[in-house]
Amino acid sequence: MVDADWSRVRLHVVTGKGGTGKSTVAAALALALASHGKQVLLCEVEGRQGIARMFDVDPLPYAERRIATGLRHDDRRPGVVHALHIDAEAALLEYLAMYYKLGRAGRALDRFGVIEFATTIAPGVRDVLLTGKVFEAVQRNSRNKSATRYDAVVLDAPPTGRITQFLNVNDELAGLAKVGPIKSQADTVMTLFRSPRTAVHLVTVLEEMPVQETADGIVELTRARLPVGAVIVNQVRPRDISADELYAVRSEGVDPARITADLKEAGVEPDDGLVEELLEEARDHAVRRALEDGQRDLVTGLGRPTYELPRLPGGIDLGGLYELAEDLKVQGLA
Amino acid sequence: MTRARGRVGPLASSPGPVPELDVDALLDDRGIGIIVCCGSGGVGKTTASAALALRAAERGRRVVVLTIDPARRLAQSMGIERLDNTPRPVAGLRSNARGNRRGGGLDAMMLDMKRTFDEVVESQATPEKARQILDNPFYQALSSSFAGTQEYMAMEKLGQIHADAQRDGSYDLIVVDTPPSRSALDFLDAPERLSSFLDGRFIRLLLTPAKGPARMMSAGFGMITGALTKVLGTQVLRDMQTFVAAFDTLFGGFRQRAQKTFELLQAEGTAFLVVAAPEPDALREAAYFVERLAEDDMPLAGLIVNRASPEPSGTLSADEAMAAAARLRQREPASLTAGLLRLHADRSRIVQREEQLRARFAAAHPQVATALVPALPGDVHDLAGLRRVGQLVAGAESV
Repeated sequence: MVDADWSRVRLHVVTGKGGTGKSTVAAALALALASHGKQVLLCEVEGRQGIARMFDVDPLPYAERRIATGLRHDDRRPGVVHALHIDAEAALLEYLAMYYKLGRAGRALDRFGVIEFATTIAPGVRDVLLTGKVFEAVQRNSRNKSATRYDAVVLDAPPTGRITQFLNVNDELAGLAKVGPIKSQADTVMTLFRSPRTAVHLVTVLEEMPVQETADGIVELTRARLPVGAVIVNQVRPRDISADELYAVRSEGVDPARITADLKEAGVEPDDGLVEELLEEARDHAVRRALEDGQRDLVTGLGRPTYELPRLPGGIDLGGLYELAEDLKVQGLA
Repeated sequence: MTRARGRVGPLASSPGPVPELDVDALLDDRGIGIIVCCGSGGVGKTTASAALALRAAERGRRVVVLTIDPARRLAQSMGIERLDNTPRPVAGLRSNARGNRRGGGLDAMMLDMKRTFDEVVESQATPEKARQILDNPFYQALSSSFAGTQEYMAMEKLGQIHADAQRDGSYDLIVVDTPPSRSALDFLDAPERLSSFLDGRFIRLLLTPAKGPARMMSAGFGMITGALTKVLGTQVLRDMQTFVAAFDTLFGGFRQRAQKTFELLQAEGTAFLVVAAPEPDALREAAYFVERLAEDDMPLAGLIVNRASPEPSGTLSADEAMAAAARLRQREPASLTAGLLRLHADRSRIVQREEQLRARFAAAHPQVATALVPALPGDVHDLAGLRRVGQLVAGAESV
């Protein structure tokens, strides 16, 4: 594992291929960062209300809400995780109110469908608004005096395939608008995103396609000069059978009589098929673990600090999130 | 829509009264000309589309599969590494499942959204006007790098391929993979959004100053233009206006084609397959989609639950296995048997959770025919792999 110091990072962007559990990891990371009395904001931008579901609270409005106590670690006072569901339309209205004081003209924009145009049709504006709000939460300024100042912001970001475009949208826009207020706003946002205060973490599972996409994602992010953070390997299978024994299982080198004896001793009466079934399951597991090991080597080869989270067979609930948060804390991502 | 037709092969088991999706009957149905695979990202939608297309072709259909963003190796397996926006024949097809070739074939293509957009502009506008549009910075941003365009262009390309196939009889089945959108629904919303935008007051507003004397300018219009200039700056606004003005004559055609594609999706000859993984998020997304399709009168053929965990066959419960493992570990911490029991418990729990999720989905959507596809250990690298997935989807082979 490559050692890493994340203490300077204020904005943790969490991305990953669909199905790898990036939202879960983002939530666990927010809990882990919110230990030791820290204030952390967890943002989502894809309109799915995933945070509300994970933390079992009512759907989130466009407002920062306290949703959970941070991870209790080393018996120190935990901090607080706040959550924000960023909605492009609300963000645009807030932005216009904050920066332009348009008044009646602002309402006219809405009436003429300009707000709808901007947030659904106009190319990229949606992403500019979403990233703009994230920027505002990280870099609170005098225009939003009463707002909480956070020690860290975690963004549950769009998937790996879209992440560079999403974060880079301000750069695209700055290219489109060569002068003017949008240009300077876009430039400021890009300065933060490209600074060491931002880290883009990639979540993967140990399967070919997600690992490949992670590798491609790192190349794209690097090319766009966006700071690549950690690779978080999620849903790792339990490894309580040693590699040697797995090899024995695969090569038919295990004596079924030994398993039968063990089962009897443990109070399980082995019926005809049980031993063979257990061995068959182990053979299947061995195949999958061998594939995982191959993918793990590829992940190691990416040269990024790597963290691993176990697969929770019961699925993810709030308790599971704290377990994963503890894992991240112990491994040093938070 | 549940199809009451004879089953071709044994289908993957699913508990309860869930109607089974007969994939082969769907693929063999000559009345079906379009199959749309939709679902959230990461559920194996693209692989499923390709596998279905291959299976249909090997059963005698003349198929084209339109993929949006295939993984590199999947694209390689079909020989479409080059992204040239034209269907290319896939080599290496086998004669169909019954052993006699009936003229089936498979072409595959990858969507190039910028190219599709450019081609529409070039085919609709005079060369001079097309150049003007293609050179506009606002157009270049719109067509190449921004989210949302992919959905419009996927619809556009589907419409084009369908029209071509109708004209020259090149294909009798189009299999479409949908873009990995924020929401699976973006794909369906694309034509509607485009229409409402083109009819909107905002377009007229942008067109007004470019069309000469501003006599239509009401006080409201003036205020808006003022506000936009303040926020966007004059240069962006001018680029947008030039773009909209140049594009004005094309809008009608765009809207018409988008509407036509939408109607095509609603028609008898189309079947939607919703693809999901047995995970809460993917199934929730699938449920949204099922409801949305019903709302829009889109014909749903069924649900494919991909990557289901293989079921343990025995009767030993997860709890019993864990308890026994704990007893063995007390005596011998590194016990292999304890490891096997723990593995069994894990697997039982996962399968139990997946079954519960599927049962809940079925309770809410009892009419949706479902096919269960067991997870393969590795990814698909070649046609043989795709063929295997096709067999699994059709329930013609067990793992």
